[in-house]
Amino acid sequence: MTERSFIHDRLVPVGSILLLMLVIWYFAAYSMNAPFQRDFDRRAGETRSNIEFLMKTMSQPKPTMPAPHQVAENLWKNTFTVKPWSKRSLVYHSWVTLSATLSGFAMGTALGVAIAIGIVHIPALDRSFLPWIIASQTIPILAIAPMIIVLLSAIGITGLLPKALISTYLSFFPVAVGMVKGLRSPDVLHLDLMRTYSASKMQTLWKLRIPASVPFFFTSMKVAIAASLIGAIVGELPTGAVAGIGSKLLAGSYYSQTVDIFAALIAGSIVAILLVTAVDVVGRFVNTRMGAKAQ
Amino acid sequence: MSVFRPNWQALMSLLASLYSLTALPFTESMSAASSLTVVAILLAGALVSMLQLSFAVQTAVLTLSSFGAAALLIAGLTDAFGTATAGYFAALIAAWLLGWRLVTVLSGDGSRGSEGRGSTLIVPALFGIWVVILWECIVRGAGVPFVLLPPPSAIGLRITTSTSILAADFKQTVLKAVLFGYVVGSLTGFLVAILADRFRFLASGLLPIGNMVSALPMIGIAPIMVIWFGFDWQSKAAVVIVMTFFPMLVNTLAGLTATSEMERDLMRTYGATHWQVLLKLRLQAAMPFIFNALKINSTLALIGAIVAEFFGTPIVGMGFRISTEVGRMNLDMVWAEIAMAAIVGSLFYGALALLERAVTFWHPSYRR
Repeated sequence: MTERSFIHDRLVPVGSILLLMLVIWYFAAYSMNAPFQRDFDRRAGETRSNIEFLMKTMSQPKPTMPAPHQVAENLWKNTFTVKPWSKRSLVYHSWVTLSATLSGFAMGTALGVAIAIGIVHIPALDRSFLPWIIASQTIPILAIAPMIIVLLSAIGITGLLPKALISTYLSFFPVAVGMVKGLRSPDVLHLDLMRTYSASKMQTLWKLRIPASVPFFFTSMKVAIAASLIGAIVGELPTGAVAGIGSKLLAGSYYSQTVDIFAALIAGSIVAILLVTAVDVVGRFVNTRMGAKAQ
Repeated sequence: MSVFRPNWQALMSLLASLYSLTALPFTESMSAASSLTVVAILLAGALVSMLQLSFAVQTAVLTLSSFGAAALLIAGLTDAFGTATAGYFAALIAAWLLGWRLVTVLSGDGSRGSEGRGSTLIVPALFGIWVVILWECIVRGAGVPFVLLPPPSAIGLRITTSTSILAADFKQTVLKAVLFGYVVGSLTGFLVAILADRFRFLASGLLPIGNMVSALPMIGIAPIMVIWFGFDWQSKAAVVIVMTFFPMLVNTLAGLTATSEMERDLMRTYGATHWQVLLKLRLQAAMPFIFNALKINSTLALIGAIVAEFFGTPIVGMGFRISTEVGRMNLDMVWAEIAMAAIVGSLFYGALALLERAVTFWHPSYRR
């Protein structure tokens, strides 16, 4: 029963939408590449049959819109046919970005949790700091990213850390806001019960507030890790970094290598999906072990 | 004994101001007399604030002493870049601690029932003011190189002297790219959601994709859009459209399912058509979700447009200015752009929040 409903409710609709998108993609590739190809052929004085013309639009070296199979081929070539640690490999570039993402995410999560614990326990911090955290969500933090990179390189800090700091900056907000909500989620009744046990603030925090905040924690971590990845990619843009998904994007845009850009984008998307899925799986596992209903 | 009520901020402040006496005068241009005045103000403030006084008197004493000392300290930095002594920073810390004490007094002691008598706006404002004061005093007092971090006063000066550049950038990035992209992206997301709601097949196909896309680094499409639509604002608007489309789609779809079975049944007993139910019941119930998407999109739109300008742009625009002025080490201009972005973002968000309150006044979260 469940299997049938999965196929019927998920696989068929999602599959057909994806198929439709693929068809649109091919069509767009043809119609966007055709003008250039027509122009090219006219200058070369060649006349082609329709089929031949169609094939040509699908295999330009620098197409306006690369065809899906070109991107797939590039992705395959740069992932499986080269050594993973060579500069041409997308695995290498993904790893560079991933390492910045993960270290930034770890720092951001720790910082976010620390801020949340402070806010929950110190009323002055709550009233004065929390509004600024929320307000800072409205400013384009990424705008500062290039400056942070340049500044840190001016005082001799380069490589992984500046990118990780931008990821930290982007990921601590969702964690802090989510954790404040989570740490405040226990009932007044439960808090009162802790008080009748004459539990200290520390004990209340460890035994009641933190367990109650776990679902909130994982939900905000899912947002935070996606933000971390974006931070790491944008952090690779300004200094003309030589490695990472962001540098691949930038190099692709300099030389109009659309196929490379698309391949880098898809590599980045795969990393994003893997990261979010990993957080989700860990979250489900922890929630189930803590006695939440399995979903 | 009951007259005397010590607290740690005032005690620390007392210690810090006593320590500051060891390194007089504070800066090259600050006379020993004015340095002593600062210490006297701080000591008086710390001591008086520890007395059992009424709320109003305590607030007034703390405000006067902390901000009076801070004003004198800032004034003492005129023509004295980077000459501050350890005593200067001790006095600064003392003033800041009194400011913290003021925030604590205004926020109440946190026990239930005492929500504090400070207005919800004053306390965060005080925090912001202190960040600026500390930034100004530390950067100028310690002589942090201008290319690392310009003081707020230099940024403020730059904002007032280059309004025409800022206005041009604002017009290019916000009025053209952000606004157009935001409106078109949100609107198409909304319309597709309405369509997907009518045809469930579309919804069950689009929703998982939409959820997935929201985690993807969509900003990466910027170079492609620049290749397709050229360097001008159209390519930035295209990035914004793509970035804002999916949050709106996902949120609207979620919002349209927010009504209960009972309410929909009632509409059915009235013999309402699909569009009537949609217009009169479900769209109204979806409004909190739609506003949520609009708020998320307001941030995304600004970020998208600014970052897209890093990939190529005509010689105007906020992202362009940030990336080029960083290269030329004109950090005050960069910060001026950041300040403008922050103000625009906050105003945008604030306007949406006000609109939301007006439209969804019935929602439980606004009930008093």
